[in-house]
Amino acid sequence: MSVPLETPLSVWHRSKGAKMTPFAGWDMPVQYEGIVAEHLYTRSSASIFDICHMGEFLIRGHGARQQLEKAVSHRLDNLDPGKCRYGFLLNPQGGILDDLIVYCLEADSYMLVVNAACAAGDFAALKNRLSVPVGIEDVSAKTGKIDLQGPLSVDVLEKLLGADFHALGYFSFRAASFAGEKLLVSRTGYTGELGYELYLPWNKSLALWEELLADERVKPAGLGSRDTLRLEIGLPLYGHELDKDHTPAEAGMDKMLTNPADYVGKEGALRVRQRLIPLSIAGRRSPRAEDPVLLPDGRQIGLITSASFAPSLGHAVSLAWIDAVHATLDSFIVRAAKTELAAQKTDLPFYKGGTARKKLA
Amino acid sequence: MNNIPDNLLYHKSHEWARIEGKEAVIGISHYAQSQLGDVTYVDLPAVGTQLTAGKEFGSIESVKTASDLYSPVSGTVIAVNEALEGAPEFINKSPYDDGWMLRVKLADDSSAGLLKAAEYATYCAH
Repeated sequence: MSVPLETPLSVWHRSKGAKMTPFAGWDMPVQYEGIVAEHLYTRSSASIFDICHMGEFLIRGHGARQQLEKAVSHRLDNLDPGKCRYGFLLNPQGGILDDLIVYCLEADSYMLVVNAACAAGDFAALKNRLSVPVGIEDVSAKTGKIDLQGPLSVDVLEKLLGADFHALGYFSFRAASFAGEKLLVSRTGYTGELGYELYLPWNKSLALWEELLADERVKPAGLGSRDTLRLEIGLPLYGHELDKDHTPAEAGMDKMLTNPADYVGKEGALRVRQRLIPLSIAGRRSPRAEDPVLLPDGRQIGLITSASFAPSLGHAVSLAWIDAVHATLDSFIVRAAKTELAAQKTDLPFYKGGTARKKLA
Repeated sequence: MNNIPDNLLYHKSHEWARIEGKEAVIGISHYAQSQLGDVTYVDLPAVGTQLTAGKEFGSIESVKTASDLYSPVSGTVIAVNEALEGAPEFINKSPYDDGWMLRVKLADDSSAGLLKAAEYATYCAH
């Protein structure tokens, strides 16, 4: 691996003593104060996360909607400007190449937000599926992204920008301005809490970060708590829960496959060999990704994809791929490194107190 | 920044021992807890278990990782810090006091080969 890439905030993170780690080719902060403290603070107040590593593409040109809706699983015929939607980029077999959000900026003009680790492959696949006059531009290198997450986010945002954001609904976005530059405010996130994803020019990211921290209600949070927060809500992480060998239906996302267009991988997207299931574990002891999941008789029928002690719940939770024929069972055994753990199938989200969908207006 | 009390002896796998006559109290160092991050679970042996210096005696889990624990001394476990079961965060907050793990009745001369504080500080810096 070459030298890790740096976000506009990498120097700031190191100067504040953040514990850093390589992630998808980037040098990213895992934690500042501690994962549990940052997790709990996000659930109760407001945290900011440096997400500048994620990729952003613009897809524009006459007929962009008709072409894009054949390239990704997202339904676009009813996605109006100012709205965004979660979905998948699939291979022809229906395997998941990436999960991504599509923003409708205006008619025939879209922004796609993709995982850093997948960005290069996504760009190549999309470029291949699009043709003139529709163009795709990778704007990742000039687009900064800061996530403001937590129940106090709306108050922090309104104070920062001097505007009312109560009317902005879940999975909606609008333009604002910061330091004379355009800022896109999207009411989305990856924590289960009320929050916003803020997109702005790369070179304004540090100024926005520091301005947000000037509000005493805001603290920085790293990728460690981002991961425990998303896991408590049951949100998938590409490379753990999602990969090219699994389909959206297997991940339990078949109900969102409403795109009527004949998109790449549409038929295969419904194929089910395994199912992603949530498992709750009574104690504090957690399995780890890749630990085998067994039937009570000892037969291995799956693998843990993500697992952690859940700070807001006080016990361990995990997600696992289970062979479909066994996915209706309720009790499993996880063979962790040191012990076997009893795991009960449960419903998502694990943590049910999230404020993400809270009606503000 | 690194907190390495002078009155303790250290094992290279980052456990400490406080020798008190024929007994020792053992735990993990400030450096170890800072590397682990938030401790979520610790698996310790029961009273009566025989420990051998340098051999595994339990395991510790944090949000991000899991590690084995190696005994700095040989002897018999005579007390276990039961508070860690419900509050393993003591290991982060107070690794040398509230975060102690075991009290051990020492076998003879079992603290040989452990590092003194200054030696351990040098070891951690490399």
